[in-house]
Amino acid sequence: MLKQTEGSHAVAEAVALCRPQVICAYPITPQTHIVEGLGEMVKAGELADCEFINVESEFAAMSVAIGSSAAGVRTYTATSSQGLLFMAEAVYNAAGLGLPIVMTIGNRAIGAPINIWNDHSDSMSMRDAGWIQLFAETNQEALDLHIQAFRLAEELSCPVMVCMDGFILTHAYERVDIPTQEQVDAFLPGYQPRQLLDPADPASFGALVGPEAFTEVRYLQHHKQLRAIGLIPQLAAAFSKEFGRNSGGLLRTYRTEDAETIVVALGSVNGTVQDVVDEMRERGVRIGSVSICSFRPFPLAALRAALEHAKRVVVLEKCLAVGLGGIVSDGVRKSLSGIALHGYTVIAGLGGRAITRTSLTRLFEDAGRDELEQVTFLDLNADVVSFELERESKTRRTGPTAEAILRRIGPVAASIG
Amino acid sequence: MFQVRIHGRGGQGVVSGAEMLSVAAFLEGKYAQAFPSFGSERMGAPVMAFCRIDDKMIRVREPVLQPDALIIQDSTLLQQVDLFEGLPVRGYVLLNSTHSIDELGLGGFARGPRHYRLHMLPATELAVKHVGRAVPNAALLGGFAAITGVIALASVVAAIRQKFPSKIAEKNVAAATEAFDLAAQTLDTSDA
Repeated sequence: MLKQTEGSHAVAEAVALCRPQVICAYPITPQTHIVEGLGEMVKAGELADCEFINVESEFAAMSVAIGSSAAGVRTYTATSSQGLLFMAEAVYNAAGLGLPIVMTIGNRAIGAPINIWNDHSDSMSMRDAGWIQLFAETNQEALDLHIQAFRLAEELSCPVMVCMDGFILTHAYERVDIPTQEQVDAFLPGYQPRQLLDPADPASFGALVGPEAFTEVRYLQHHKQLRAIGLIPQLAAAFSKEFGRNSGGLLRTYRTEDAETIVVALGSVNGTVQDVVDEMRERGVRIGSVSICSFRPFPLAALRAALEHAKRVVVLEKCLAVGLGGIVSDGVRKSLSGIALHGYTVIAGLGGRAITRTSLTRLFEDAGRDELEQVTFLDLNADVVSFELERESKTRRTGPTAEAILRRIGPVAASIG
Repeated sequence: MFQVRIHGRGGQGVVSGAEMLSVAAFLEGKYAQAFPSFGSERMGAPVMAFCRIDDKMIRVREPVLQPDALIIQDSTLLQQVDLFEGLPVRGYVLLNSTHSIDELGLGGFARGPRHYRLHMLPATELAVKHVGRAVPNAALLGGFAAITGVIALASVVAAIRQKFPSKIAEKNVAAATEAFDLAAQTLDTSDA
């Protein structure tokens, strides 16, 4: 059914259609409206055989999720930002144990400085935890990816994060098509656990594993994600057949066929990028873009096939590997091993800074002339940075940086962009 | 694509206003996207929300930098925020105020070759009268429908009924309907 609704609410409805049996979440910031919506549904009795457990922290949320998933029930939680960091230890455990938990990340920045806005720093910090990470471009895709995520997680016995841009998607009202219960039931069978805490057939979970076997357990975790490379496109195709629209997959190309410049990005910024691509194409610029949906596993071969004929690749990243540059760029470079083309990393949208068509157009034109630095910070306020560096060079006791920059910038209520 | 920026203060229903506008457009079969500026969520703090309306899917995610119309829920923001930023010549402005354009010193924006289509609406008074609370968003949407013609009053009314429980909805519908009629009258007397 077509509906104009908030991203968080659309995802809550999708999760409910997946018939979760345990939803455990810490309900306070940095949480989204998703678990609030699910909590209301459980309380109203709209979700049969589902228990909503309010826990005292994100660490507890993932710990309860591990327990309930090991007990053989379909389990869901959501968090973002510092909340994800607080559950980090349990996040690794869920993957190491191979428990098919599905978790939404409403992507947000990580402090300090304190910032509640969108970027990809949170889920990127867990990129090597062993979870599959899928990024949504729109609220429709976020909704659809949750339905695919439960099936993917349960087929592989591997946890899946569905990452959607905080605020930009979670708080945006747009049109979504909410499937029927019958459609979802036809696509997503009941959970058949590979491993189960069962008093009738006792087993121990979480054994101490020494050097004699640790590598093998880890290898099999890696192997599972390599299998996901094949399974993710299959599920996307099956989804398309059942629901009549394309969502998910490893990646999606946009006007890349004869493109000299290809932009690679994750998540909702792809929409803005595609608008800019169209506008530049009208002016005869041979440009295209690639939206990576599956960040873990990283689609090396599919990305290579999409990029190998380009002259240059611009990786637009909403996260920063401090001291290195890009995180996504690392994977992109790896996918292009042995191919000589210009590669640029652009750090953009940190802490919720708007990524505008004007800035992207200028950026892509600079890239087309190969006039970009290896690592560029989009719309960096060079005056403020120079002023602060100058100030720091003059005196020892300079005080906190963030506060000094805020004083320099002045009140922000007056600005729109 | 028609782009709207709503300015107001925390507690005035700015975000709900953008949301209802998007629902109204959706009910007319259009694509719409509404989102807040994600600022500090404090009572009284300047707040912005955006709404885009189009006949095709909307992909862009940047804030509305070049609005076709502004809805200003609180005239005290005129001194605090560069409200008209990005608004083109002949852009629509709907300002919640009991004062006239000249009383607010906005004559320069309303007349001359580069003028905006500036309309005043006593939306807070309409809200107090019908709803009993100083939340002007529904009334302003009624006024918006009248001055821009981008959406029909009936769609605004349907969106209000989706948003609120029936008793509160009907009060807001009354405010929006009177606002629509008032704004339609000012439209007749202006050169817009």
